[in-house]
Amino acid sequence: MQSKKISVPPRSREDYQLIGGAGDSAVDRGLVNAHWYKSPVSRPQMKQLMQRSDLPAIKDTCIWYACLGLAAAALVWTWGTPWAWLAFFAYGTLYGGPADSRWHEAGHGTAFKTRWMNDALYQVASFQVLRRPTVWRWSHARHHTDTLVTGRDPEIAALLPIDVPGMLLNLFAIRSGPRELWRALWNASGHISDAEKTFIPEMEWPQVIRDARKWVSLYAVLITSAVIIKSFLPLVLIGLLPGMMGTWLYTFFGLTQHAGLPENVTDFRENCRTVYMNPVFRFLYWNMNFHLEHHMYPMVPYHALPALHETIKADCPPPYTSTLQAYREILPTLWRQAYDPEYFVNRPVPKGETE
Amino acid sequence: MSQWTAICALLDIDDEDVMRFDNNGKTYAVFRYENQAYVSDGLCTHEKVHLADGLVMEYVIECPKHNGRFDIRDGKALGAPVCINLKTYPAKVEGGKIFADLG
Repeated sequence: MQSKKISVPPRSREDYQLIGGAGDSAVDRGLVNAHWYKSPVSRPQMKQLMQRSDLPAIKDTCIWYACLGLAAAALVWTWGTPWAWLAFFAYGTLYGGPADSRWHEAGHGTAFKTRWMNDALYQVASFQVLRRPTVWRWSHARHHTDTLVTGRDPEIAALLPIDVPGMLLNLFAIRSGPRELWRALWNASGHISDAEKTFIPEMEWPQVIRDARKWVSLYAVLITSAVIIKSFLPLVLIGLLPGMMGTWLYTFFGLTQHAGLPENVTDFRENCRTVYMNPVFRFLYWNMNFHLEHHMYPMVPYHALPALHETIKADCPPPYTSTLQAYREILPTLWRQAYDPEYFVNRPVPKGETE
Repeated sequence: MSQWTAICALLDIDDEDVMRFDNNGKTYAVFRYENQAYVSDGLCTHEKVHLADGLVMEYVIECPKHNGRFDIRDGKALGAPVCINLKTYPAKVEGGKIFADLG
């Protein structure tokens, strides 16, 4: 692992605030909406790579929901016995874990060729993964514009200095899950936070409120159902609880994307990881392990990312050969960043032609 | 009165594709679909990314950065993350060449 320290002013959590954080200095340093390096790909190749198809995502979505249905059946069958805890773990993992990558790919509009299919999966997966659909659509657009720019990117998972207990709690969304529901309630009452207004255009604010009111209605139906049948089962099958249970899986995958890599650079080869994963992980994660490639060319669908990787890999740092290899770097780095927030991993970027 | 600017030969652009065209300090996107030509401003109204790097699907151009989509015929923004329509310009094909009124 190569690493280095950068000479920057001491960091604090306040730097990440979208209002009053380090965003203004990022503007001054030319880091906002900056020009990012892209590995060269010919136009005919890129057109081929960007082609959409419904079939892979229809197949994958059917398999996912079939597995989820089986796990739900196991949960219902074992309900009231100690085995229900195991069934809930399996169900929640399948409910919330893959929902992250489905939310992500459908949000980019690249999962399916057919637009309404992307929109439908986006809405359902957003609910499962506990992300307000319109808010997170816009936050993710910002994440792609200003990836890991302090005070601009609202989706930095490993804020510095690392809060180890907080990260452990969020393996099961102990803080983030209820907080997201609270924010949905706040939106449903007609309010949007000032920080969220910095990345959501005003004309989209009514949609944020409509989304939140739909969520509140759905939760009202769930709670009413639970009261009528005198069972927690509806709340265990849909909504906050299974969403929280599944958080560990997408956190496990998601930390490989950027954790421990430098903030405030304009080259995805420095702040994104590509990690080779086994076919099961790649199915659950929809090939987002090719994360460097995804950031460089976000309109390439998940099923074409391996081909894009082959096309540009000579111009990129060597990929991590396994999830284990990635975590052998990530965990010690996060531990050190808990007390040394200026420390980060330095990826070996090939020296060649730059734009 | 229209002032037609010659842009390129129709065959310089693949069918269902787009090409960048710079003129007088401005950048444009020139589209070809079913042997018709369409011309618009070259930068996405969301975050000023060149649309010529995007994907044309029938009458829709998709921005390569954030998936913003516009109808190439009238520049209509087709949903988040684009909210502002794209400016389009009259275009025609004559003698195998594309012309646009960029005034």
